[in-house]
Amino acid sequence: MSRSFRNYEHVLRMVGVFVTGLLVFLIVRWVLVPSDFGVYGFYRAGTLTDVAARPIAYAGHDACAECHTEIVDQRKGTRHEHVNCESCHGPLATHASGDVMKPGKPDLKTVCMPCHQKMDGRPKFQPQVDFKDHAGDALCTDCHQPHSPKIKS
Amino acid sequence: MSTSATSNRRDFLKDSGKWILLTGAATLAWDFVAEGAPEQAPNYHAIDHWWGMIIDIEKCIGCGNCVRACKAENGVPMTDDAFRTWVERYVVMPDEPDKPIVDSPNGGYDGFVNLKQYGDGAKVFFVPKMCNHCAHSPCVQVCPVGATFESPDGVVLVDKTRCLGCRYCVQACPYGCRYIDPRTETVDKCTLCYHRIAKGLTTACCETCPTGARVLVDLKNPKDPIHEFMRTHKVNVLKPQMATGSKAYYNGLDGAVR
Repeated sequence: MSRSFRNYEHVLRMVGVFVTGLLVFLIVRWVLVPSDFGVYGFYRAGTLTDVAARPIAYAGHDACAECHTEIVDQRKGTRHEHVNCESCHGPLATHASGDVMKPGKPDLKTVCMPCHQKMDGRPKFQPQVDFKDHAGDALCTDCHQPHSPKIKS
Repeated sequence: MSTSATSNRRDFLKDSGKWILLTGAATLAWDFVAEGAPEQAPNYHAIDHWWGMIIDIEKCIGCGNCVRACKAENGVPMTDDAFRTWVERYVVMPDEPDKPIVDSPNGGYDGFVNLKQYGDGAKVFFVPKMCNHCAHSPCVQVCPVGATFESPDGVVLVDKTRCLGCRYCVQACPYGCRYIDPRTETVDKCTLCYHRIAKGLTTACCETCPTGARVLVDLKNPKDPIHEFMRTHKVNVLKPQMATGSKAYYNGLDGAVR
């Protein structure tokens, strides 16, 4: 054996340390990094399906219009035509799926106020009244039809 | 397919084999195909969309419907420091156009009470705020573990199984859109109702907006009205100088809005 390859044990020992270190790194990486990490980018691709799996609470206007055609017709051409049902009636996906057959009705004392209470900053096009001056303690629905908001004849 | 962060060797080999042999979308659909029900596989193609939102300040009446709908749809904690969307009221006095007075009582969840003390000279308007779903998000850039990211369809999402709760992204967001969910101690934010748009529905806030002040738009759809809207209106994003690539387009944005 030539002179330069004598006493090579210390080199082997160093190679051993590096190989062990590499193995430990690979095992730790395998345990910690999910298998679908990095498919689309620096994140776990399964997150997209995880987030999309959440159940909906609002059914959407099309689901309402499928059955309640008479209300859709009643609203046609009125100022509430483009106000979606769930804006006032609240989240009703459980009703649209058939789980809850008789959902609660909106509270007629308060349901109109968020949009129609007179307030600075509301655009001019928005009809607004001071509820106390306008009607006292009467309900809005005593005079107005909510689905086609004209004065009841 | 196993989507949890921990998995055993068998799952790992199966999953990695699938990811190598199939492409991303095919892998996500594979479990449904193997069960003999390919029609149940998610047929939403993220790559075909690029989501954003138009927020028309001139149409906002400050009713708070969007805030209530967002909390109901997404199970946001009912505390006054956790909002995925909220409404701010700006009062700008004529002699100080650069110093607006801003308030947002409970994020606008309970609506607003009329202000009387400012007199007739004040300019008052409402500004709905939310995650701007930036194309170059500062929050994504600072996440050390890849728990938050811009999805292929332009929505900034959070992977709650990876989030450490380190709060770097909360500080990085220039729009203040992130909060810590006290139940999980991980960060949470607007998902642009990803579970709804993947089913072809609009977001909860757009669904319940009575005046159409908020409209979900798909910038990759050539038939979307956004393209004409952007041509014909004076549209701006919040903090354009930060070059975040924000996709929340505000119409009628006053210079006082921060």
